[in-house]
Amino acid sequence: MTPDRWVVLITGLLLVAFIVWFFWLKRSKGVRAAEMSGGYQEAMILVKGGYTPDTIIVSRGKPVRLNFRREETASCSDKVVFEHFGKSAELPTGELVAVELMPKEAGEFPFACPMGMFRGRLIVE
Amino acid sequence: MNKAKLPKAKRPDRKPRQGRAPSSKGRQHIELSIGGMTCTHCPPAVEKALKGIDGVVSAHVSLANKLAAVDYNPNRAKTIDFAKAIRAAGYVPGAATMRIPIKHMHCSSCVIRIELALQMTPGVLSARASLGTNAVDVEYDPATVDFEAIRQAIESAGHRVAELKSPDIKAAVEANEDPEQAANEQEYRTLMHKFWFAAAVSIPVMALSYPDLIPGLREWMPMGSDTRRIVWALLGVLSLPVMLWSGSQFFVGMWDALKHRSANMHTLISFGITAAFLYSVVAVAYPGIFPDPALAEVFWDVTDVVVALVVLGLALEIKAKGRTSEAIKKLIGLQAKTARVVRDGREIDLPVEEVVVDDVVIVRPGDKIPVDGEVIEGSSAVDESMITGESMPIEKRPGDEVIGATINKTGSFKFKTTKVGKDTALASIIRMVKDAQGSKAPIQRVVDMVSGYFVPTVMILGVLSFVVWYLVGPEPRFVYATIVFVTTLIIACPCALGLATPTSLTVGIGKGAENGILIRSGDALQTSQKLDSLILDKTGTITRGEPALTDVVVAQGQNDNEVLRLAASLERGSEHPLGEAIVQGAEQRGLLLADAENFAAIPGHGVSGRIDGRDILLGNAKLMRDRSIPIETLTKDWERLANEGKTPMYVAVDDKAAGLVAVADTIKPDSKSAIDALQRLGIEVVMMTGDNERTARAIAREVGIKRVLSEVLPDEKAHEVQKLQLEGKTVGMVGDGINDAPALAQADVGFAIGTGTDVAIEASDVTLIKGSLIGVVTAIEISRATMRNVRQNLVGAFGYNTLGIPVAMGVLYPFLGILLSPLIAAAAMAFSSVTVVTNANRLRFFQPRGVAP
Repeated sequence: MTPDRWVVLITGLLLVAFIVWFFWLKRSKGVRAAEMSGGYQEAMILVKGGYTPDTIIVSRGKPVRLNFRREETASCSDKVVFEHFGKSAELPTGELVAVELMPKEAGEFPFACPMGMFRGRLIVE
Repeated sequence: MNKAKLPKAKRPDRKPRQGRAPSSKGRQHIELSIGGMTCTHCPPAVEKALKGIDGVVSAHVSLANKLAAVDYNPNRAKTIDFAKAIRAAGYVPGAATMRIPIKHMHCSSCVIRIELALQMTPGVLSARASLGTNAVDVEYDPATVDFEAIRQAIESAGHRVAELKSPDIKAAVEANEDPEQAANEQEYRTLMHKFWFAAAVSIPVMALSYPDLIPGLREWMPMGSDTRRIVWALLGVLSLPVMLWSGSQFFVGMWDALKHRSANMHTLISFGITAAFLYSVVAVAYPGIFPDPALAEVFWDVTDVVVALVVLGLALEIKAKGRTSEAIKKLIGLQAKTARVVRDGREIDLPVEEVVVDDVVIVRPGDKIPVDGEVIEGSSAVDESMITGESMPIEKRPGDEVIGATINKTGSFKFKTTKVGKDTALASIIRMVKDAQGSKAPIQRVVDMVSGYFVPTVMILGVLSFVVWYLVGPEPRFVYATIVFVTTLIIACPCALGLATPTSLTVGIGKGAENGILIRSGDALQTSQKLDSLILDKTGTITRGEPALTDVVVAQGQNDNEVLRLAASLERGSEHPLGEAIVQGAEQRGLLLADAENFAAIPGHGVSGRIDGRDILLGNAKLMRDRSIPIETLTKDWERLANEGKTPMYVAVDDKAAGLVAVADTIKPDSKSAIDALQRLGIEVVMMTGDNERTARAIAREVGIKRVLSEVLPDEKAHEVQKLQLEGKTVGMVGDGINDAPALAQADVGFAIGTGTDVAIEASDVTLIKGSLIGVVTAIEISRATMRNVRQNLVGAFGYNTLGIPVAMGVLYPFLGILLSPLIAAAAMAFSSVTVVTNANRLRFFQPRGVAP
């Protein structure tokens, strides 16, 4: 093998390792929802290329209100689906949309856009 | 969704009514909206909390409407107590909203002033004024503040509440257009502009990038010449705006996704076009670093054409996706805009949002009925096809229910409103359809599993194929490796995968709504297509659920109309449902009924009385025997009728047996054909009833059902469903949604037969707005067609990617010498997602085959 081939091979493998690490191995720690005086655990989620923050930590047995605000027009993100809670909400661009949930049991509940391109997690403790 | 949860409490009239709707017993009724109810366990919890309050007579909480209806004694309980109790139970009590038009609101400082003034008012939760509508939306707690106080607050801010003039309202309301649609239109136009620009640049770039293929150009700019370098550099300058403007959404999308450590279609496209662009820049700027001048090629054409095609694909997708939700748009478009209401004795036109419960609305021929209500005066035929799918107009008389958004045909009438705003049948339907379209079918989970890994995997494959082509590929290796890398990234289409299920589901559920069938979730849709057995409740489902006169048999020498006339005249005084059926039967035959004297009901036996000077008896055999009237001549007919599942009654005139009248719960006219159709679909049809075996068998025979579960007690129905499920079958249950709720919930798919405006039936997975069994057939047909469409889409999308990506990587090259051009990859990618959406749109042309005989 010529040296240039070695360079390409090693660079390629490093790139693959980077992709694996970047997209799959590193996970965000998540944001704890704030408790409001109304008894709600609230969190604000920005919808733009993904959910920011995409991991919300809440406690079990207290109602949760997630305030979504979509700031893009890509048609994929115009809805958010909480599959385990049987809830979905339309997210018109620029409007604040509250989704209210009652987490009854602990666990990890994903939420996503209908196509599954945007993903987030609700961690119930 | 959250809009659906916004306050729904009764809005006070524009002039608050004195002691709103107090009933004679000093009771008051209030409806409160409740937020945060997510499951079937929630309503009982709220009900319990409300009933625990001193002074509450009854409380009913509906999950579907997110409403609590409370009857209470206003002397002992206050609404604020309810709010506290609801909050203590862990839910949110709602408030009411009202839109108030404002006079002369022209500046943004007015907006702020009005909002501030309102927000300072105790009891007002929020106020949002808008110059666009010239109105302020106020959310308030009806228990602490009323319209007068709100008006005062507005006036204290120096503004006046506008008096509405009818034509203004009509114009204002009707000018309102759908903002979502406008946004989509805007997006589409922008994308098309980007496409035309990219396409216009692509053509010269494509021609000049391959001068060796075009005679004339070959001589003018030979390989390695300065002319060629300059022309190519100019092409690069031309391509830069294509990449940065026409392709801007790719970079923005990629960046937004990368920030979340995720990747999507935009990531792939931007990597692909950037790689092609950078290669070309290097080739023009430093041709010297390439060992062979043939390597110093440019790929501007790849950048431009890929951007043009993918942008075109995005634009077409937006157009096609807009069509998938046509059904819901049609439903929303059905809403009436204005209503002609009687207020203070005057008829005024109001926007439909301002109509409140208990208003009297006038409807003229050709008018759209604005909200739900009950006819109080006049009669007409009403076309309800847009809601129920029933094509024949329905006769409406005082006491009948009318549904908002239906069209009045012939006469004019007045009705009292019972449900307005978010509570109307149409609003519930829209909400349910939207929720269902947002739900996921179980089949989608396959896609969900794949989609998180899809794009990074494609990137890895792209890198690996670059490496492999560079290591062992043919010369010029670097060019081939770059082409393969770009092609692989571009051909992969995660969008086609993602779109496959949701688009079909949206169209399928919308199609159901057009046919008067509300499918509540993707789950219900998917399960409906594989039903093995369908249990039909007899009463109210197969049959009308109310008795009707079926037979009149007379003894020798008697006239059947006369016997019927006497029986009906006698029964006119009774309130028994069987008696009513006889009276109606006689009226249908055009008989004139007489008045009965000495009417007496003999419990458990029948009735007696005198008509036209004759003694009439109507009742069972025991009554006849007690009065020693010989009935032997009629017993045979009696038994025959009883065997047919009917209820025959003896009629005696002047102590002589005169004949028999029989009533029975009659079968709906289309039940038999619907059951035939179900059986043709390969579904075992089972009838379930609380009736005795004999009656049940008779009905089953008539409609062609072989398996009958008779004498089932109401609380055993769910158990019977379970027994059938234990046979390993997927079981559907059709019932009325009230008595059959547990059985509907137990079944894999519960079909509730709805009536009138009560569409929010909770226990059901599918609600049939029109009370006909044919709806079940259509529902199953729609579910089969939709799921077939979903499978086609999934097979197509998966197949496209699993074939396309390896080919793009050059797997076929060693054997067949086939290598895809990036341009072809771009075209394939752009049109694969358009194909998926177009295939879903095919469902729009689905016609229920119905029940051809």
